[in-house]
Formats: sequence, structure tokens, C-alpha cells
Amino acid sequence: MNYAQPIGDWHALAVLFVAGVVPNQIWRMLGLWFGGGIDEGSELLVWVRAVATAILAGVIAQIVVEPPGALASVPDVLRYGAVAAGLAVFLLTRRSIFAGVVAGEVFMLAGKYWLG
Amino acid sequence: MLAPFTSLAKAPVALPPLDSSQWNSPWLAFGWGLRSITQTILTIVLFVTYLGIGALAHDTHFSLLWALCSTLFVWAGPAQIILITTLGSGATIIQSAIAVTVSAIRLFPMVVSVLPLMRTPTTKRRELFFAAHLTAVTLWVECHRFLPLVPRERRIAFVHGLGFGLVSVCLTANMVGYFLAANLTQTLGAAILLLTPLSFLFSTARNSREVADVVALVLGVLLYPLAAKMNSGVDILVSGVAAGTIAYGVHWWREVRA
Repeated sequence: MNYAQPIGDWHALAVLFVAGVVPNQIWRMLGLWFGGGIDEGSELLVWVRAVATAILAGVIAQIVVEPPGALASVPDVLRYGAVAAGLAVFLLTRRSIFAGVVAGEVFMLAGKYWLG
Repeated sequence: MLAPFTSLAKAPVALPPLDSSQWNSPWLAFGWGLRSITQTILTIVLFVTYLGIGALAHDTHFSLLWALCSTLFVWAGPAQIILITTLGSGATIIQSAIAVTVSAIRLFPMVVSVLPLMRTPTTKRRELFFAAHLTAVTLWVECHRFLPLVPRERRIAFVHGLGFGLVSVCLTANMVGYFLAANLTQTLGAAILLLTPLSFLFSTARNSREVADVVALVLGVLLYPLAAKMNSGVDILVSGVAAGTIAYGVHWWREVRA
């Protein structure tokens, strides 16, 4: 089990601010200041949304392909199988997020139990 | 047995009529906003997602305070996951900041489209500051659903209540996830970490209205392992820009053809 402190160091909080808070909030504040004249359906925003979706998809893949912490203890086949099983149930239940998440989790836990 | 779930998803929004005295003060409106978190299935999706973020922060060696500050000040699930994952896998601050800011660009059109719903002719820009900060995909979706049922002059207070409720739910989930990851067996810890990719994959898939969204999602997942082989340090950006641009190309080609 990892040891992690409840407070942590100030350096990590400074990194959070520089790499997380500022690059994220800048877009909300731009929206607050310059909103009004922007067409939500403009071609540039379609491209931006597609890139943003693909970056998030890449992060989802990264967590499954190069798993952090305890997830690394789960064999590859079970991690990929859990995502596939969840996706199948998600599509079969007319896009129920819950059914998909539960199916993926059940697949992974059942596989872990079965493999011992 | 399924009745509570289906009624939760389909129940008409339970708010007082527009001319009711229940809207007479901003505090009452704040209370109605706060209460509205019980009216949406997305609250549970958020709880599960932030449970996963808490566990991810723990297993990537961030402190609990760090995780809570990221929820409070970033307040965007995808950006938080990207930040934790990239920093945790050794990216530099600049690389993480670029990945976060690209993921956050979508907040700009959301803020631009949601603030006019709350504005009155006398509204000052600073009064909308917290509403802008609270805007993320969940609040954006819920504003379009709830705000037409709220008197215009009470909408900012209502959104503050709704946002306060959602942030509180997520901070609680972060704490629960963090402590579960620290204290559970390895298998259950892994199950909580798996919540993050599953809930993001399915909620993004559910929000995909156009073909370009679906292509971006599928290609983004498939191209990442290829990009990771390059070990460039900006793998996520390489696969994201490539997959997103191809998805945009598909959108463009369909528009031209149509």
C-alpha cells in the first residue's frame, strides 16, 4: 500500500496551480469577458472539441494500457476485457452509463476471483 | 425494483411555479438549486467519477489536500484526470499544462452559451464570476434543463446553490475514494481506479451527438498506444491532435458532401 500524506508539500500545490488551475480557468474567464460574439457552431470550435475529446480518449487509454497503482495488479486481459464488456453492455442498454460501469467492474472482479 | 431509478431519470423537475413566493429571496433560490442535485442522475455519475479521481490521486502519490484543491479550483473532471495522469507518469509542468489547457478549451463555448441564460439587463460581470467558475459539462447540461423553470432574477442564486451542492458531493467523493484506495485490498483498490476510465468513456460516448465526436473518441483511444511507442513526452498531445484532426476531417467531408 502506498504511503501518501494528507497535506503533502507546497511544491506539489504550486504545480497544481501552474499546470492545472491557470491553464483550465483561463478559458472560463475568457468566456466571461469576451462571450457574446462567438458562434457555438463555428468550424474552429468543432475542431477544438474533436481534439479535446481525443485527448480525453487518450488519457482513458493510458489509464487502461499503463495502469497506475493498484490497477497494475490486474492482468492486461482483465483490464481490456472489463472495458470491452462494459462497452458491450453500455451499447445494449441504449447507452446506460451505469449499466456499462457496473458490467465492467463485475467483469474485472469476477475475473480476479476466478483467476485467484 | 427499478422504479426508483427510472423515476429519477424521467421525473419532471420539481420546482415551485415561476410566480410562487418560494422565489422571493436569493437564499430560497439558492436552496432550490441545492435541492436540485437530487433531481438528476448526473449527480451519481459525478460521485462515481470523483471517487475514482480520489483513488487515482492516492495511487499516483498526490496528497488528499492536493486532490481536494484540484476539485475546488480546477472543477473539470477531464482536466483533473489529465493533470494527475501526466504529472504522475513524469511529464513536465509545461507538457501537463498544454494537455490541460487543450482539454479546457471546450469550457469557453460552454461559458459563452450558459451565461446569457442568467443575465439580466442590470447584471454586472463580476456577479457572474462564480457561475463561470462552476460551469463544466454537468452544470451546463443542468442549466439548460432547470433554468427555464427559474425566474430570471433568481437564476444566479439558483446556479450558485446547484454548483455548491455538486462541488460538495465531489469533495466528499474525493475523500471517500482517497481513503478507500489507502485502506482497501489491492483488488478493490483496482476496482475503484477502474471507475475513472469506465465512467469517462461512457459519459463521453453518451454526450457524442455527431459522427466527429464518435470518431474522435474511438481514434483517440486507438492512436494513444501507437503514439506512446514514440516516447516523445507529449504522446497524449500527438495522439489527441492527430485523432481530433482526422475526426474534424470526417465532419468536414460530410458537410461538403451534404
